Amino acid sequence: MNGIKTLADLKRKQEEVMSRMGQRNRGENPESLVQVKVAMATCGIASGAKEVMEYFMDELDRKEIDAVVTQTGCMGYCFAEPTVEITLPGREAIVFGYVDIRKAGEIIERYIGEGELLDGIIPQNYNTI
Amino acid sequence: MSKYKMHLLVCGGTGCHSSESYRLYETLRDQVEKRGLERDVQVILTGCFGFCEKGAILKVMPDNTFYTQVKPSDAEEILDEHIIKGRRVHRLLYTNPETEEHVPDSKQMDFYRKQLRIALRNCGAVDPENIDESIARDAYQALGKALTEYTPAETVDLIKRSGLRGRGGAGFPTGLKWEIAARNGADQKYVVCNADEGDPGAFMDRSILEGDPHSVLEAMAICGYCTGASKGLVYIRAEYPLAIKRLKIAIGQAREYGLLGEHILGTDFSFDVTLRYGAGAFVCGEETALIHSMEGKRGEPSNKPPFPAQSGYLGKPSNVNNVETFANIPVIILKGAEWFSAIGTGRSKGTKVFALAGKINNVGLIEVPMGITLREIIYEIGGGIKNGKKFKAVQTGGPSGGCLTEKHLDTPIDYESLTAAGSMMGSGGMIVLDEDDCMVSVAKFYLGFIVEESCGKCAPCRIGNKRLHEALTRITEGKGEADDIDRLRNLGTVIKDTSLCGLGQTSPNPVLSTLDNFMDEYREHVHDRKCRSGQCRGLLFYVISKDDCIGCMACRRVCPTHAISGEKKGVHVIDQHICIKCGACMEKCQFDAISLRNDYPRATAAAAVQEESSTHS
Ligand SMILES: Cc1cc2nc3c(=O)[nH]c(=O)nc-3n(C[C@H](O)[C@H](O)[C@H](O)COP(=O)(O)O)c2cc1C
Ligand code: SF4
Ligand code: SF4
Ligand code: SF4
Ligand code: FES
Repeated sequence: MNGIKTLADLKRKQEEVMSRMGQRNRGENPESLVQVKVAMATCGIASGAKEVMEYFMDELDRKEIDAVVTQTGCMGYCFAEPTVEITLPGREAIVFGYVDIRKAGEIIERYIGEGELLDGIIPQNYNTI
Repeated sequence: MSKYKMHLLVCGGTGCHSSESYRLYETLRDQVEKRGLERDVQVILTGCFGFCEKGAILKVMPDNTFYTQVKPSDAEEILDEHIIKGRRVHRLLYTNPETEEHVPDSKQMDFYRKQLRIALRNCGAVDPENIDESIARDAYQALGKALTEYTPAETVDLIKRSGLRGRGGAGFPTGLKWEIAARNGADQKYVVCNADEGDPGAFMDRSILEGDPHSVLEAMAICGYCTGASKGLVYIRAEYPLAIKRLKIAIGQAREYGLLGEHILGTDFSFDVTLRYGAGAFVCGEETALIHSMEGKRGEPSNKPPFPAQSGYLGKPSNVNNVETFANIPVIILKGAEWFSAIGTGRSKGTKVFALAGKINNVGLIEVPMGITLREIIYEIGGGIKNGKKFKAVQTGGPSGGCLTEKHLDTPIDYESLTAAGSMMGSGGMIVLDEDDCMVSVAKFYLGFIVEESCGKCAPCRIGNKRLHEALTRITEGKGEADDIDRLRNLGTVIKDTSLCGLGQTSPNPVLSTLDNFMDEYREHVHDRKCRSGQCRGLLFYVISKDDCIGCMACRRVCPTHAISGEKKGVHVIDQHICIKCGACMEKCQFDAISLRNDYPRATAAAAVQEESSTHS
């Protein structure tokens, strides 16, 4: 785009830039948004769980659900890697194990979308400090 | 287009710049590229995070990790551990000074928790050299809204209802100022942004311009729309090269997009901004002096009226506002007058940015809602007094302001309460003093600044402040005369009442407010020849302890003025009349018998000083 000639142009420009740097701005208020934490103990965003992470980002964006997608180190459930922790606003965090793309789709559709509990939840020890 | 998964925000403010943040930025970029992550990880330079003392700052988003004192050599570890493996690098996390624990998330830092960032909303969040990033965070939306939804009068009304008052010092209602400027008809009007920022230690305006120049440009355009001005001028001191550079880039990019220039957003409104440089004189922050300086004349104030809104730059109606005042405008328009006026106290709405400095753990730039207490600022945001010392006072308002003491710790801070306490909001300097600070010396410091900066146009300020400074110097040197205290108060009051401009009218405040709150200390200096904090060297005495001196005569031999007498193996004594306080004896004594004391027997000390001043003067 060359010039911004109308307010509509300005809004369009804003959306275009936001879609690239959205994660940064949403990260400022994570509590009010859906938070997705993808655990990647060894592989990292260079490979492996990266696809799951990317899938979450794209799908949630497509569905226009404002979410903060971050990665964390090992959450201590290595046996079930990749694991994904989901925090809906005002709710306890829930951890899902063995998340592949198919499972991720289900989580978005049913847990994030509908608040429905699914298989694959790893029981958490809430006494951890 | 691919989306960034992580953002590395490297502080590009002036403070971190001197902690090599630019090299850190480059190293991080190189490392990201080397790992082929440039499509996933974005590295940018931002404006100041307000935590300059612990620079260089690196913030990782979206997980809000706040790294302090990061060096270029840390880049590799941050990438390998945090970015690739998702494990934070603990040794670089901010450490809570009280619990000594690492704080992983900036949202949990006391420093940020009590802050409310409106004027600083984009500082540390965007790359100020890339207009797109600002646009993503609503830049120019308020201008668009005003141009398409409101008439100029409606926009002015909105600002009036918000209760916004000037942040440059005097606190004049901004909406009212715009209304007056709008009312005055002329073929050409101007919008002037005052970015002179001459208070010693202040850097809020610089940080806004370095971190978020578009918010100021946008607000100036809105002001132009409201007042009927088509030209904007930013008066900025040449000592702010980074702010100037970023402003130039921002103006260039806004012009390129058509957000400055002719027919903005397809409307009939045209507006452009240019820069004017100041040489860095405090008085040039005063609006009439500023206008004269922009016109190429001497930077001296003139009588008001006429006010700039009537006859300003080149004799045309000009609306002058401070940088921070402008930075508030776009948010107020987008979120509404009611949203803004719900923040703050009765007649002081919104927030204020302060440069928190002095004897405090978290030195930095903070923005807090009006009505917050000093206690919250010092003990929560500021993390308490350094080294567990005792709080003594807070100086606000710089050379025009005064001190708040312990009894003001729970007073809500706003324009009115600060004035009632004998200080003022000023532009936002806030210096915390502890038990080791001498209040007379503090007053002397500010008066020294005033003597340097007075333009000399009127006698009360030019001569009066010089006399005040001389009296304070005498007192701190232990040569204060009995009537000096009264003289300070009388002269100070006269200077306030008779000076031409705001500089002189407020210059005695540091003296008057310390007289009000710390009279004991003045009295001690004058009558007891004592400085309780030990800051005034003239009131310290080298004294030999009877009990510790073994009479080795070493001190006697090094004393250049032969001030020490004593027999071999006998106790030695220093003659205070002759001692020039060089310290050589104390250094020489191997038995720690000589000390520097501020509680030397008073009568003796007073006599010694008296005699010395009468023989030398
Ligand atoms: C000695 C002196 C220095 C001043 N310095 C500044 C300054 O550095 N920045 C500023 O914005 N206002 C400064 N002012 C206040 C300006 O005269 C003016 O009131 C202000 O820029 C108006 O903007 P505001 O209404 O947005 O605060 C100073 C005033 C005096 C008397
Ligand atoms: S008060 Fe001081 S700074 Fe102001 S005009 Fe007079 S001499 Fe100049
Ligand atoms: S050097 Fe110390 S111990 Fe020796 S005479 Fe002097 S004060 Fe006494
Ligand atoms: S301080 Fe210097 S002048 Fe004074 S007694 Fe010691 S050596 Fe002599
Ligand atoms: S300059 Fe980096 S935090 Fe202020």
